[in-house]
Amino acid sequence: MSVLTLSAVHAKYTLLETIRIPISIIGTLVFPTLSLLFFVVPQASISQDPLYATQAVISMSVFSVMVGNLFSFGLGIAESRAKPWEPYLRTLPAPGIVRVLGHILSTGLMSLLALVPLLLVGGLLTAATATPAQLVFGLLAVAVASLPFALLGICVGYSMSMKAAIAVIQVTFFALAFGGGLFLPPILFPDWLNAISQFLPSRMARDFVIWAVEGGELAPLTWIGLAAWTIGLLALALVLFRRDEGRRYR
Amino acid sequence: MSTLARLDGVSRSYGAVTAVDNVTLEINSGEILGLLGPNGAGKTTLISMLLGLRRPTSGRVQIFGSSPVDAASRRFIGSTPQETALPETLRVGEVIDFVGSHFAERASTGALAEEFGLTDLLRRQTGALSGGQKRRLSVALAFVGNPKLVLLDEPTTGLDVDARRTLWDALRRQHNAGATVVVTSHYLEEIEALAERVVVMGQGRVLADDSLQGVLDRVGVRIVRLDSPDPIAVAALPGVVRHDSGTYFVNDSDAFLVELVRSGLAFRDLTVRGASLEEAFLALTEVAA
Repeated sequence: MSVLTLSAVHAKYTLLETIRIPISIIGTLVFPTLSLLFFVVPQASISQDPLYATQAVISMSVFSVMVGNLFSFGLGIAESRAKPWEPYLRTLPAPGIVRVLGHILSTGLMSLLALVPLLLVGGLLTAATATPAQLVFGLLAVAVASLPFALLGICVGYSMSMKAAIAVIQVTFFALAFGGGLFLPPILFPDWLNAISQFLPSRMARDFVIWAVEGGELAPLTWIGLAAWTIGLLALALVLFRRDEGRRYR
Repeated sequence: MSTLARLDGVSRSYGAVTAVDNVTLEINSGEILGLLGPNGAGKTTLISMLLGLRRPTSGRVQIFGSSPVDAASRRFIGSTPQETALPETLRVGEVIDFVGSHFAERASTGALAEEFGLTDLLRRQTGALSGGQKRRLSVALAFVGNPKLVLLDEPTTGLDVDARRTLWDALRRQHNAGATVVVTSHYLEEIEALAERVVVMGQGRVLADDSLQGVLDRVGVRIVRLDSPDPIAVAALPGVVRHDSGTYFVNDSDAFLVELVRSGLAFRDLTVRGASLEEAFLALTEVAA
């Protein structure tokens, strides 16, 4: 079997495992939509302005995919490494990339599903607008821009225990969300923060998706940076996977 | 007969602890090899290196002529998780299909279920299985890819006698159908029931590598306890393998008693009993050292 077919098989059974516990999906599906309802919809100055509202919905989409990826990859992998089923899967004749791709496909699909209620609320309760073409470009861009976070989650999952992973992910997602302008638009940032922000994958993801939906200029730093984060983290994830021998105790 | 797997001077340590210590071993096609040893002897570490889960600290591990770390070399190998670690929400049939999809020539789910008595359980989620049923499914997974070499780490731990015999029968049938099997255990009974060749491990080293009968003879140690004013002289009698404050390990207790009486040495409170496997291992370790 080819690497891609096997990855799809792994994704299929990971998804099956997840959806047999429906409550775990509801969390992923509802959390981003609630964030939009609480943080954006009540503020008329943002929610009634088509440009700002659209950007806010995009920021929330990136936030949702980022948080979903960091938590489900980071915690999911850290948890399964502590169980003996994961080491067993590693004895099967499948290269490391299959397990990583399987995780990306299954969790990625769940993250994209979480965007459905988010976009519905955004479209119905705010002034955000997008043509069908813009929507399609936006979703594709979100999928691409979510890769660094998936890989970051994978790196965390393969390098530390579950408890350490929770702490690291919480700090990381908060710093990335705030620093990347997903909570407050970067236009409100002081210059020094804006300078740092430009190098964060969350800021690059936000700018990339906004460009995909609204068009305009795409700074080279944004797409080169996204590609660099993705390639760098993929390399790191593969190294960590190959080095991993299950849970380590000292 | 060809060599399916080979370990060359393999050692593996975890920090300061050496789990496997300079082991050289060949696994040949067609055999059932029993890997016998007490807990902590290094059996599981040895198996996990053959499966590519762990790398040796030094030495070389090869399966089918290449490193087990390469996924392609594991195409003809089957294994079973040591703990019953099945994904609880997946159904029995789904787990078999999932594992089976990794192999080019897989056994059909129905035939495998039949073989391991899982036919009525295929639609059941694995979380709902009993301990014995989980064990049977775990062992069945080792055979789903029609492997040439099967590595089973403690396949019957925690099973009652009936369930254990059922599994042994299934293993023998698979072996007769052409699979080479390596099975670890700390039960001599299990190794006796299955293996033709036995490797005894202790403290990370190979203590004995022999036919089943050869090993049985060597671990058939008896323990003689007695009080004597001159224990050194008693220990010096022929046939004493090892001694420890009034306890003497001997190969042949009858011959030893004859020697003891002939020697004229004073003794009292004499008892003779068979050694447990653990004690027999200890005696073997001493002889090797």
